Amino acid sequence: MTAETIIQSLASGLLMGLLYGLIAVGLALIFGLMDVVNFAHGEFLMIAMYATFFLFAFFALDPLLAAPLVAAALFVFGAVVYLLVVRFAVRAKANTGMVQIFSTFGLAVLMRGVAQYFFTPDYRSIPHSWLGGKTISIGGIYLPQPQLIGALIAIAAFAGLYFFIHRTDFGRALEATREDAGAVALVGIDKNKVFALGWGLGAALVGLAGAVMSIFFYVFPDVGASFATIAYVTVALGGFGSVFGAFAGGIIVGLVEATTTLILPPSLKTVGIYGVYLLVVFIRPRGLFGSI
Amino acid sequence: MDQAFIQRRRRDLVVAAFLAAIAAAVPLFVKDVYVQNIMVLTLMYAALSQSWNILSGYCGQISLGHALYFGLGAYTTALLFTKFGVLPWFGMLAGGLLSAVIAMALGYPCFRLGGHYFVIATIVIAEITLLLFHNWDWAGAALGIDIPIRQDSWLTFQFTRSKLPYFYFALVLACVAWFVTWWLEDSKWGYWWRAVKDNPLAAESLGVVVFNSKMGAAAVSAFLVAIGGSFYGQFVSYIDPESVMGFQFSLLMALPAVLGGIGTLWGPMLGAVILIPLTELTRSYIGGSGRGVDLIVYGGLIIAISLARPQGLVSLFSRKPKAAAKPVREAVAS
Repeated sequence: MTAETIIQSLASGLLMGLLYGLIAVGLALIFGLMDVVNFAHGEFLMIAMYATFFLFAFFALDPLLAAPLVAAALFVFGAVVYLLVVRFAVRAKANTGMVQIFSTFGLAVLMRGVAQYFFTPDYRSIPHSWLGGKTISIGGIYLPQPQLIGALIAIAAFAGLYFFIHRTDFGRALEATREDAGAVALVGIDKNKVFALGWGLGAALVGLAGAVMSIFFYVFPDVGASFATIAYVTVALGGFGSVFGAFAGGIIVGLVEATTTLILPPSLKTVGIYGVYLLVVFIRPRGLFGSI
Repeated sequence: MDQAFIQRRRRDLVVAAFLAAIAAAVPLFVKDVYVQNIMVLTLMYAALSQSWNILSGYCGQISLGHALYFGLGAYTTALLFTKFGVLPWFGMLAGGLLSAVIAMALGYPCFRLGGHYFVIATIVIAEITLLLFHNWDWAGAALGIDIPIRQDSWLTFQFTRSKLPYFYFALVLACVAWFVTWWLEDSKWGYWWRAVKDNPLAAESLGVVVFNSKMGAAAVSAFLVAIGGSFYGQFVSYIDPESVMGFQFSLLMALPAVLGGIGTLWGPMLGAVILIPLTELTRSYIGGSGRGVDLIVYGGLIIAISLARPQGLVSLFSRKPKAAAKPVREAVAS
């Protein structure tokens, strides 16, 4: 193992990590807002990938151009999911935690079924996009362009989200609702509207990630499952509710995964991530940046 | 002790004995092997869900990684049998004990974690074990283990000619899991668990040893689930990591309890009796096309029931006035 291979894999790990962060940040946002874990998060990613694929297949739209459209569509989808399902789950009079786990999990199963029904279980991919299969070399290190652009999009999305939360009225309403959902009603903020916005925003972020990922990953009904587990670990590693934590968690997860593949066979690459998660929460039960 | 409470517990026991007797008689009339197969699975899931309910329902530690113990039970039994010729009965006991010990060893660090951190830790630990078994050549790696048929007998716990022995074993297993729950519900442990679930801090201050009671729940729960895993291995006579330790399994054993009513005595049974036949029937009648209609039905049903009946279907049968014991939080929130 030369220094070059180590640097090479750390660099790819960093790029992938930023994408993991982008997938996870929506989950962290929703959790921070209303203490709900979306167990259908992976399926949100899956439909974003399908949407990108079909925009390419029918309109020859490159995934990069499709990304904003997909994000917008996912925004609407996320808000609708909140209004149709989650709104009732958080209002449950008993076993609220269980109800939200299983209603979003039921949604995941339903979405997977719908995807299988309409799109068949076949693996699909986007054969020729602007960035597909291209690499760029920086100082002797080869970086795949789709992942590089994905990482840049992720950084831009994080910056945008930060700006949105801290600088806009709606962002402040979001923060206020997260602090005290009961009190904001008194100042005339519609809690449901803010939550729907939060869900829309969370879904739009994972939509962005899905669009980028469809450039270099197969699209199939179960594609979300493995990424969802990584996203939960990413969020928990960073600390539930912390958007910054998801960003940092993503980078750590990417680097750990890259390091693991240097030592262990590829089939065990997620063991490193899971192991680090356990190590972190056993030492710090609130995750790295989790409050309380 | 409250007279009505003692009566209710006695009635539960009588009803259970009555239902078990009816269940035992069913195969005398239903000879269809396909239906018998569904009945075996229903009883097995009832037992698993009942066991899962002890840790997650009564004690409130939501585990979505119980497939770990199911898989350990199946693997211990199968490995001891195929590699060393140890009879499945001993393998079953060994798997159960091993799982209980591992559950406690894992509980040691995990029970310090709260809420979603705990849930994700359970998922992740089961997933790590799954991946290790995938790569463990001695245990058959990804290909799994074919359990060779020696002879049809209770001694080897193998039956190729009839499903009835499996059915009766699954029935006994479900009865044992139910009875253990019934027994613990009114023991010191049962009260501790509910106290820990409702408010760990208050429980601690009242002298409940929170940590130990979680450990106890984990051990009992894991032991029973592992017995279920051993049984499943013998029943299908082939196991691989994905089919006995996959995340799906963790959910499948939680769902009946969730739908029926978690933290209740009858919830898991009711949930299994409704859910498992439904799952199997939708899978074979409309899922056969591989087009996912079964998933659509299944997923829709989970959403509908968990939203419409958060206390579980068992609440349909309760005669308690709903106004009683309403938590304060809810009155504030609405």
